[in-house]
Amino acid sequence: MKTDATPPAAMSESAPILPAPLDTAIAAQLAARGRWSPFEILFWLGAVSTIWLLPDHHLILTEIVIWGLFALSLDLILGYAGIVSLGHAAFFGVGAYTAGLLARHALIGEPVVALLVAGLAGGAFGFLTSFLVLRGTDLTRLMVTLGVALLLREVANRMAWLTGGADGLQGITMQPVLGLFRFDLYGHTAYVYSLVVLFVLFLLARRIVGSPFGLSLLAIKGNPLRAGAIGIGAGPRIVAVYTLAAVYAAIAGALLTQTTAFTSLESLSFDRSADVLLVLIIGGTGHLYGGLIGAVVFRFAQDWLSAATPQYWQFWIGLILVVIVLVGRDRIGGWLAPLRRAGDRLVPWRGGRDGGRP
Amino acid sequence: MLTILFDGIAYGMLLFVLAAGLAVTLGLMNFVNLAHGAFAMAGGYAALVLVNRLGLPFVVGLVGAFVFAAALGALLERTLYVHVYAKSHLDQVLFTIGLVFMAVATVDYTMGSSQQFIAIPPALQGQVTVLGVGMSKYRLMIIAVCGLITLLLQLGLTRTRFGSRLRAAVDDQRVARGLGINVGAVFGFTFAFGSGLAGLGGALGAEILGLDPIFPLKYMIYVLIVVTVGGTSSITGPFLAALLLGIADVAGKYYVPQLGAFVIYTIMIVVLILRPHGLFARGGAR
Amino acid sequence: MIPVLETRNLEKHFGGIVASSQVSLSVARGARHALIGPNGAGKTTLVNMLTGVLAPSSGEIRLDGEDITRLPPHRRVRRGIARTFQINQLFADLNPVEALGLAISERLGTGTHWWRRPGSRPEVVAEIAALLDRFGLADVRGVRTAALPYGKQRLLEIALAFACRPRVLLLDEPAAGVPEAERHEILAAVAGLPADVAVLLIEHDMDIVFTFADRITVLVNGQIFVDGPPDAVARDPRVKAVYLGESRDGRAP
Repeated sequence: MKTDATPPAAMSESAPILPAPLDTAIAAQLAARGRWSPFEILFWLGAVSTIWLLPDHHLILTEIVIWGLFALSLDLILGYAGIVSLGHAAFFGVGAYTAGLLARHALIGEPVVALLVAGLAGGAFGFLTSFLVLRGTDLTRLMVTLGVALLLREVANRMAWLTGGADGLQGITMQPVLGLFRFDLYGHTAYVYSLVVLFVLFLLARRIVGSPFGLSLLAIKGNPLRAGAIGIGAGPRIVAVYTLAAVYAAIAGALLTQTTAFTSLESLSFDRSADVLLVLIIGGTGHLYGGLIGAVVFRFAQDWLSAATPQYWQFWIGLILVVIVLVGRDRIGGWLAPLRRAGDRLVPWRGGRDGGRP
Repeated sequence: MLTILFDGIAYGMLLFVLAAGLAVTLGLMNFVNLAHGAFAMAGGYAALVLVNRLGLPFVVGLVGAFVFAAALGALLERTLYVHVYAKSHLDQVLFTIGLVFMAVATVDYTMGSSQQFIAIPPALQGQVTVLGVGMSKYRLMIIAVCGLITLLLQLGLTRTRFGSRLRAAVDDQRVARGLGINVGAVFGFTFAFGSGLAGLGGALGAEILGLDPIFPLKYMIYVLIVVTVGGTSSITGPFLAALLLGIADVAGKYYVPQLGAFVIYTIMIVVLILRPHGLFARGGAR
Repeated sequence: MIPVLETRNLEKHFGGIVASSQVSLSVARGARHALIGPNGAGKTTLVNMLTGVLAPSSGEIRLDGEDITRLPPHRRVRRGIARTFQINQLFADLNPVEALGLAISERLGTGTHWWRRPGSRPEVVAEIAALLDRFGLADVRGVRTAALPYGKQRLLEIALAFACRPRVLLLDEPAAGVPEAERHEILAAVAGLPADVAVLLIEHDMDIVFTFADRITVLVNGQIFVDGPPDAVARDPRVKAVYLGESRDGRAP
């Protein structure tokens, strides 16, 4: 620690016994960043209420939760650290296969523990590959992430003795969650289980992105040159958030395996990486809810569009992507801005909007 | 051994023709066009319709493939792509993936999802033996045609007025604009021409690569490897990268089939990490 | 006494172009040192080498006698070199409180805390307040940086660098492009920097240079041309001929 530069004179002059008004205002302004808005509370109350209100839709709701978690994990690297990835399914797949193998060979029967182990496996893989995305342009990152995912899919395909290859990993039987709650045919247990996992991980992510660490990620994303010039070393932080995102993605993958008792090469495919990007883009990047809202829209759109034209769902995904880009992502992602503003009016969610007024 | 080398060269040359257009779009406008393979597919199916359904000669099919893909490229470039040039790489990727998905579904709907082959004339079937090495006539034809195209491309870029304008625009867009070069028009034409080449590659390659609706997804990575490994600063870089890739892929699949595409992907990642501007880029990695 | 910042035979080549050649510069502790020279003289190249944005082709950079030539930018900041940029390099989406909070947390080593809420440490809050006061940013503390008036953005540039509590502060044309009416605010902020911080100022405006500096280095074609106290530099006929003569004939005091 340096000691040879004395604190600025103004500081000792204004160092008061009681906090100065400016200090209080600043503390309040910073604290407001982390405050829950009514919009957020309503969102989660709404999500919880579906446990009782929509009991017939728990299977599709479980899928939505898993997509939401997966997209949330992509938001951590894309929305907060500005790293584009075309291979995020790699981590999803690692989690999916880890959970599947643990259950199939009865290595770890209890789903929650298995979920954590799958998350760790994904995290380890994320940590190792994070060094590949440290440097380079968007294009090299795209290619490298895509390459890693393709490589992993190829490995899984070749190791058919372990993964079941193109047929997928079959014969998985799941034990009850915490030894108490049996998975049922209607997906009630699966839904509540997934929703709880999502909520816990969301809370953690919310806390992290609101912390000084989270703020420094935004700084690295916003202006790497200036971030370095105020002493932020980008490398270790990108490694950290990339690893964290990999853990989240792996847990999402593991949830899918556990709730459907099946996994296949599809969980590692390019389509999955592209889809999760679409889910996140629909809801907007950089505010954690984007992935969750995107998942709801995506899954219902998928349901509706595939009912209309069963085989050509892919065409509509493509069209949505093209339209989103042509119209402008900010405008599309901002479609829920009026809602957010309404929330802000009641209690400032992202504080400081009004702090500028003298 | 020599047969593998021969097959690899044919495959590599095909990849080069498929990727050449992408190298230019990426180098010129810094535009990531993941949908490049869709134009190859368009060309392939155009040839299929002309030859198999309308019974026209194979050569007409090839020309038709080029013209159709080029026209499609020109149309989409003027109507859609121009709006995306200025956007971020992420937007470009989303946009072109969207186009790929639409292309895949459209072809699936109109042409069916099974793999199809273009009827090749009897003269190109079978093998010839040169110096004791058995070579397929069709692959010989591919090498001849692609070699000719490469030569013409090289001459076109270095000897013609358009070529020098294009190179000026690739080197420095602002300076090129200052010199009175209409960069937009140069790019539009190049895009169409590159799409046409891809279409020709798609038609030529149908016999070797197969032709089905997921063609753009299957070969997207190969085409991208050619471009990223070869760099975009010259035509020789992607050409050498394509040859290497073709030979490595054929040899890999023959000698170590259990590894599959593993080797290729690994090489790509390593090259990207060590030399982000491509293996053959001028000046190399900084 | 060891100079706080010293370079020895610093060289930088871009291909065949020599941007810096044999630059041996010495900045004394607490100095008010101006770096001047015509456009393209290599001033910003030098600052970029000092701060680690560019790696020198050869030569050495020492901070308080320690070799920092190979350190990445963020480590140099921790050792005590901070800078402003000629063209604003700010966090467009953050407001001044958040940006300053980042710089302070980084200095205190709490920037990687991933569980704590920002603003929960009174000493950080107090320091943000002091910096906002000092640089006249208190009124706009909650405004997104992108929405700040240009003059305030320039002040935030200096405030961010100052928040790192540097031993050496490099100011790259701090008042560049600022409307006349807002200029005095920035010059006052520069003049009011504490005496123990050495300041290396790059500036084109000779009035500012000669009011501010106690030492002046003239850089021409990447080389140190003249180095000395202001009156000696002002009298130097070579400087007049090469530099002052071409832009502001005879206006130097």
